[in-house]
Parts: sequence; structure tokens; C-alpha cells
Amino acid sequence: MNEETRTPLLSVRNLKKHFHTNTPKGPAILAAVDGIDFDIYKGETFGLVGESGCGKTTTGRTIARLYHPTDGSIIFDGQDLAPLSQRELQPYRKRIQMIFQDPYASLNTRMTVTDIIAEGMRVHKLGTDAEMQEKVFKMLERVGLKREHASRYPHEFSGGQRQRIGIARSLAVDPELIICDEPISALDVSIQAQVVNMLEDLQKEYGLTYLFIAHDLSMVRHISDRIGVMYLGKMAEIAGSDELYIHPYHPYTKSLLSSIPVANPHKKVGDTRIMLKGDIGSPINPKPGCRFAPRCKYAQERCMHETPVLREIKPDHFVACHFCEDIRD
Amino acid sequence: MIDMSDNNLILDVKELRTTFYTHMGNVQAVRGITFQLEQGDVLGIVGESGSGKSVTAMSIMGLVDEPGRVSGGSIHFLGTDLTKLSDSDMNEYRGKEISMIFQDPMTSLNPVFTIGNQLIEVIRRHTDLDKDQAYQRAIELLRMVGIPEPETRIKHYPHQFSGGMRQRAMIAMAISCNPKILIADEPTTALDVTIQAQILDLMVRLKNQLKSSIILITHDLGVVSEVCNKVIVMYGGMVMEKASVFDIFDDPQHPYTLGLLKSIPKDVAGERRRLVPIDGTPPDLLKPPTGCPFSPRCPYAMGVCLREAAPLYQLSETHQASCWLHHKGAPAVEGFVQAEEVERHE
Repeated sequence: MNEETRTPLLSVRNLKKHFHTNTPKGPAILAAVDGIDFDIYKGETFGLVGESGCGKTTTGRTIARLYHPTDGSIIFDGQDLAPLSQRELQPYRKRIQMIFQDPYASLNTRMTVTDIIAEGMRVHKLGTDAEMQEKVFKMLERVGLKREHASRYPHEFSGGQRQRIGIARSLAVDPELIICDEPISALDVSIQAQVVNMLEDLQKEYGLTYLFIAHDLSMVRHISDRIGVMYLGKMAEIAGSDELYIHPYHPYTKSLLSSIPVANPHKKVGDTRIMLKGDIGSPINPKPGCRFAPRCKYAQERCMHETPVLREIKPDHFVACHFCEDIRD
Repeated sequence: MIDMSDNNLILDVKELRTTFYTHMGNVQAVRGITFQLEQGDVLGIVGESGSGKSVTAMSIMGLVDEPGRVSGGSIHFLGTDLTKLSDSDMNEYRGKEISMIFQDPMTSLNPVFTIGNQLIEVIRRHTDLDKDQAYQRAIELLRMVGIPEPETRIKHYPHQFSGGMRQRAMIAMAISCNPKILIADEPTTALDVTIQAQILDLMVRLKNQLKSSIILITHDLGVVSEVCNKVIVMYGGMVMEKASVFDIFDDPQHPYTLGLLKSIPKDVAGERRRLVPIDGTPPDLLKPPTGCPFSPRCPYAMGVCLREAAPLYQLSETHQASCWLHHKGAPAVEGFVQAEEVERHE
């Protein structure tokens, strides 16, 4: 991407989303997202990866303002969305859309495909009934379905087709940013490639920007221009996707990437894998210090009490680790 | 095909059919599959949802629920046909000789009993150990599967375990009677990739230690290439290809296998290869297409494919594929070899 086009469409700064929860020891704070920063440039795909409980879905939902952020700012096209009221958010809701993971749960079973796809257009008053119907037909054809599907109900479709309906719904209001929350993980392997190719084509055609949240690391590499790796509510590393996969710096990124099983029986990663000890910790009442320190084999005294900040160790490569330069191995 | 003198042979499945007799019609989930398992094998069964891979496993375990039942074929375990056994006779095999690990450890563990209770129950059901011995054995098993502080953890309930720890506890339960076969149905699908690595590693290590075999059911080709030595590719209830793991990945001889391999990303630096998806959608098993189940989506489909399912062709000692492209009279397609047929579907 050349320099002129590198204007951030979205800048997330110190974003926090805490939930109140109850533990056997009394009320507690669950810090799902705990102060993260990143930019997404116009027209790019930013991949967000991490294991369950790391806060990647909460990040996506907070940016879409489905959650009210606890702290920080979400600057979209120059406007901070974090403090806005529901009414003030209305125009931005049209510009930021979401595609959800579960194509069975995310479509209202009592609405026809036309109603589902046109709902956003109705809310935002984008044209007359006839215009909206025409747009529904156009969108259906664009996502590889047929006109005659418009009057059917979701249960008449397969998982892959439902996900296409979900994509048509998000596209119908001409958004600029689409937050794709695990859009392919519920689909069969042979269908995943169909949906990924379609998302790539739509991006080119409509100049879309994607935030692509997923845990399938090989697919994220395929679709993303840049990738952020999250661990327990914090951003561990951000880099271009090739750079991240070839030169990971953060010890967590390294072990995560080395755990991906490769579809090549001659290159078993079993021997080179950096096996992590233990499980992902708890985001409830997090202690200071690096979140990854309890599982990190390089952890030192400093990691236990000083939270590492995300710093640029080379152009466009950010790492949150005190010692990442010293542990190149 | 079965060599009875081969004493490594543990499981011999022949022409297995499992059908669900529903109000909507008869769903033919498994339509005549044949395979063998030898001691030490890690056999991967690959396929998408509805391919019949889980029903195959349930049929071997004798756990197919109403309205389904095994409607044909045989499953010989060390000479005994499991399909002929009564439910109580089957109990002597299930959990003892053949045990199973499921995808979701939370729903397969009982939430109101401690891990210890559940583990001891299995041990006492199948062995002569008394209460104290079973308790000691349970602790030993938990230690074997890498659960720290087993003396404390044995008193805990499933909800006090993380997802990875629950799957370890399930594995402890499954191996408690030194089974000959461990069937794992998507054992790591619900787990994160770093935990998945730990669990796969553990399963293979225990298999070697206990001299057993594994049937691993998965949709993840990466997992298959990592741990399996043999692979069966299933589609629409039938076997499409059966081969060593190297044959499957180096020289796929069925258009479906080829399609699967092309649809997963294989990116190298500085180069984005567009994925090649398989067009269309999986078949409706209520009314499966006549002929080859993959024919409606197959780029090479010929007239015969729509009329009749292909027999299995023996392509090499370790490689069989069910595709008419291997027939002597088929037009030559690059990459596909022609061979003798070995086994014809009914």
C-alpha cells in the first residue's frame, strides 16, 4: 500500500471494556479488553487473532458500539464514537456493519430474506419500498444467491448460504467498515474458501475495509494485510501479515504460530513446536505485569510487575514485550 | 481383501451401512464403507458435516441412537462381529476395549459428580480393583495425562477444570482400561490452537505407551497430516479415498480430496494465492444423488458418475480411490492414474 492512501479509517486508542461479574469471593471486574491501541487503514483488512477469552470479539463489538466502552476512544473517520449517544451514533451505524460467526443464530427465523436484508435500509430510510426490493435482488445476486430466494425463510438455506445472506444484509446499507467476527469458522472447509473469495472480491468492488476476527491462523494470514495478536485483553504484537508469520517477536506469537498444524505430512511441526505450558489465565481482576508472563519461558522479574507497552521495534512492527529483541532464537 | 493371518489387524469394517429411519424419510448416513485398522495405526477420517464420519464412529461404539441403526455390513473387532452383539455384551467392549473421546468435554462429563467419581466408576465397572486401588489408579491416570496436583484435582468438579484440562480428564477416562482402540471425534475442535497441540501430543504419546490404535475424526487437514499415518476421506456417507497420509497429501487421486486441499490457504511470503473453492453444497442425505455423491460438485463429472457410484480402484499398495477417472476406459486427466478396480459398491 503506498503512503498517500495510508489514512487510518479507524483509530482505537487505549480502548477498555470491563464487565462486572461475580466470583465465589464476591463481585469482581472482568477486564475483557484492557487498553489496546491500533489503526485500521482505508481499504485494508486488519486481522485480529488470539485464543478464546483474549477479548477479540469484545473488541469488535465495542468498536461497533454494541457495547459501551469503559475507557478510551474509537476514532472513526475523525469522530470519536466512544462518548456518543445512541441517537448521535445513528449515522455511524450505517457506515460500520457486522458479520457474525453463527449463521444459524444471527438471522431472525421469522423474517423472510427480503425483510432481513432490507431491515437496515428501512431503519436508515434508504429509498422507497420498490428501490429497496430492487437492492435486495441485486445484493442476493452479488453474493451468489438467486432472486427467487428473496421470499424464503432462513431455515430453507444451508450454513454457507445463510452466511451469504448475512453478508448481503451488511452490504445493503453501503458500509465502509465491516467487522467480520469469525465469519467462516462455523462453515465446512469446502465452503470457507467460497466465502473468503467472495469477501475479497467485495472488498475490491466496494472499497471496503475489514476488521477480520478469527482464530484460524492460516486463513487470517491469507486474508489480512496486517494482523494484531491479542492475549488476555492486551495487544501482544501488530505487524504486516507476512512479517508477523516470518519474523514474530513476541514469545506468545511465536508459540501460537508454531502450534498451527500444517497440511503437509513431510513438514510436521511437532518437532519445532514451542509447546506452551498451562492454560490461558483469567481476565478477572488482572494483576499488573505482562499477562503472558506466567506461561512465558523467558519471563523475568520485571515482567511480573511492569506491564510492557506496545512499542515500534521496526517500521510498522509493534511488540509489547520488555525483552523481545534479546530472545531472538 | 482381509488377510486373517495378519495378527496386527484389530478392526475390520466391511460394507457398513447406518440408516436413520426418520419421519422425513430414510437418511442413509453411512452407505457401505470398508476399512481396516491395525495395531499402532492413527487412522484419520476426514470429511465435512454430514459426510458420515461421526456416525461411523458411533456405529463402531454401538451408540447409534433411535431412529438410527446399523442396517448392513459387519464390524469385526479381533474376530467378534460387534454388530451382532446384544447391548449388554457390547458393554464388555465399550469403554474397555474400545473407548471414545468426544468433541465437547463439558457436555460429555457429568457436572454433578467429581472427576474422581466418574473416573473411578469406569475403572470399577471394567476391572477387579477395589475402591482404594481404583482411587490410586485414578490418580495415576490423571498424572499420566498431565494434570498437575492430581491428588487435589481428583476431588474437583468438571466446571473447575479449563477446557484443555477437561479434555485431559476425558482422555484419562478413555484410557483407564488400556483400550485397544481409542476413537476421538473432533477432540480438539473446541480447543485453542496451543491447547490443541498439547492434546494431540498427549494422545499420540499415550497410544505408543499403551500399544493401542487411534481413529481420529476431524475436518482439519492440518491435524490429519500432523498425527495420522492413514487417512480415509468420506463424502456423502461413502469412502472417496483411502490411503497413507503421504499419498493423500502428495498425490490425491480423488477430485474431492484434491478440491479440499486446494481450498485451504497455503501462503508463502509476498504471494497471495487465491483459494480454489469447491462449488456447490454438500448433498442432501434424504435423497442422495444417484451415482457418485460428489458428482454434482465435481469438475470432472462424466455421464457414468451420475448413474453409478464408482468402485474402489487399487492405485498402489497403500492407495485406493473411488472415482471413475481411474477406469481403463476413462478419458485421461492429468494427475489421475488408471488402475484395476478392487471393490464394487452394491
